[in-house]
Amino acid sequence: MKEFVCILCPNGCRLRAGFEPDGETFRVEGNSCPRGAAFARTELTAPVRTLTTTVRAVGGERPVLAVRTAGEIPRAKLMEAMEAISRLTVRPPVRRGEVIVHNLLGAGIDLIATDDLAAVLQGGLKDVTPL
Amino acid sequence: MKQYYTDVAVVGGGPAGLAAALTANREGAQVMLLEREGRLGGILKQCIHDGFGLVRFGEKLTGPEYAGRFLDQIAESGIEVMTLAFVSGIDRTGSGYQLRVICREGLCVIHARAVVLSTGCRERTAKQVSIHGDRPSGVLTAGAAQHYVNLLGQLPGRRCVILGSGDIGLIMARRLTLEGAEVLGVYEAKPEPSGLARNIAQCLTDFDIPLYTSRTVTRVFGSERLEAVEVCETDSQMRPVPGTAQRIPCDALILSVGLIPENELALGLGLSLDPRTKGPQCDQRMQTELPGLFCCGNALHVSDLVDYVSESGETAGRGAADFARGRLPQAKTVPVQAEGPLAYVLPQRLSADNQEKTVFYFRAGKSCGPAVLRVRCGETELLRRRYRALRPPEMERLVLELPAELPAALQFSLEPEEPGEEGKQ
Ligand SMILES: Cc1cc2nc3c(=O)[nH]c(=O)nc-3n(C[C@H](O)[C@H](O)[C@H](O)COP(=O)(O)OP(=O)(O)OC[C@H]3O[C@@H](n4cnc5c(N)ncnc54)[C@H](O)[C@@H]3O)c2cc1C
Ligand code: SF4
Repeated sequence: MKEFVCILCPNGCRLRAGFEPDGETFRVEGNSCPRGAAFARTELTAPVRTLTTTVRAVGGERPVLAVRTAGEIPRAKLMEAMEAISRLTVRPPVRRGEVIVHNLLGAGIDLIATDDLAAVLQGGLKDVTPL
Repeated sequence: MKQYYTDVAVVGGGPAGLAAALTANREGAQVMLLEREGRLGGILKQCIHDGFGLVRFGEKLTGPEYAGRFLDQIAESGIEVMTLAFVSGIDRTGSGYQLRVICREGLCVIHARAVVLSTGCRERTAKQVSIHGDRPSGVLTAGAAQHYVNLLGQLPGRRCVILGSGDIGLIMARRLTLEGAEVLGVYEAKPEPSGLARNIAQCLTDFDIPLYTSRTVTRVFGSERLEAVEVCETDSQMRPVPGTAQRIPCDALILSVGLIPENELALGLGLSLDPRTKGPQCDQRMQTELPGLFCCGNALHVSDLVDYVSESGETAGRGAADFARGRLPQAKTVPVQAEGPLAYVLPQRLSADNQEKTVFYFRAGKSCGPAVLRVRCGETELLRRRYRALRPPEMERLVLELPAELPAALQFSLEPEEPGEEGKQ
């Protein structure tokens, strides 16, 4: 039995989970809802996470744009995904929800924009810090 | 100087202000929304991690996505939005309030019947946690680090030490690691971490970042740029223990030592702040002691879930619209009192008219195990509820159906159960 925290909601239930000696039956304790039981199982077999980060932007009102994976990717691939994302550049306009990369790392999950990015205004309004 | 006239002026365009402006607009009031930065969204613009909106939308959104849902509605609403507009002061006038605003055109004055303050909170700094040494660059708050990394695309350091285990610090520990910095550890002066357990798991454990409790930073070294920090063990009073100092070479010290509501405007109007919440006192409509002046979101009290920030904004927006339209009677108020290990209960008073379902927020002052919360008005008990555990970082929300008449103060009391009493329930 392993002890760890369920990260699905702010309750942060402390779980105890593992396979019985027969190697078949999976047991979970400490979860307050069924989602916690499902989480325990993936966490012990193939843990996954949503990755939120930024990509470089050129010609936009900000030098970076916030993005996330549209679903969860293997936890072991987070750093590899960061590496791939660091080679990207986006240009405005970008609308929240737009796909930036299809099928990131071949993991079957897209990378999507989580914020809007407008082009920087031509001429004037230099004082505008659009942060 | 340009003069504007409106029913409701909302100061601050974070989630609280967005919700207040939208609701006031929906209730038929003419609304102006004033924001000092170039874009609406408040602090959510830089909170690019997910976990927002679970209560409200049943989804795990990032900060900009959560704000975006409101921004789309603002764009369609006809609310007049002024960005790069800093409200430098507010005065009372015969017919309401007068706001002095520094904006793109210079100075302007906005006359409003009702005002909603949704100015958010700011972070505590090194000065407030007494760290000795010079002022080298490389010492910054977690929110400032978040701003550099997530909005400016700049890494504030390569070898970082984080002081304080608040959620923003934990989130930044993960963020800096993902961006290639080395996070040497998170140091917490108290024996227990103050952030949520899920953030310790997904931000520290996932990346093998050590968490040191009962340890604090006492000194910074370096004159131009930070070179190292001194870390000491702390006793039960959070005082450094002599002889335990250790020097840790690093180039960034990131402080995550708490938030304080931002209330210069309320203070300027002569309002006194509640020492427990550090925000103005308010009633169930989020109206302060000054008629027509409302306050919501983190300016009222530091809230840990943005969903409740939006809710308080909606309440304030409705109240402000009603006030501006002359639909809010000025009724007598009764106080709300908190007893036992309760840090505070919000609202601090209730106007005695038109009681319906009333939302209360409260926080425990210290961690407690099973405890019973009782709400009484005079001799009548209105509620008795058992909580399995209460922790100061987690705010609780409670909805009460109040009687039409409140003859006396409303009393909230929290009574920890005697050990062994659990079995009897
Ligand atoms: C650095 C930081 C990180 C946070 N991270 C999280 C998180 O991860 N999850 C979470 O749930 N909560 C987080 N919080 C708490 C967060 O503040 C709230 O959830 C929520 O954003 C508060 O909304 P608000 O509208 O009250 O304040 P804010 O979002 O702070 O908005 C206040 C707005 O008012 C404007 N303003 C202030 N004074 C004036 C003035 N005089 N004139 C004009 N405009 C003014 C500011 O520019 C700002 O845009 C964080 C807070 C901080 C400080
Ligand atoms: S088990 Fe359910 S209630 Fe507990 S943290 Fe996980 S999702 Fe939340």
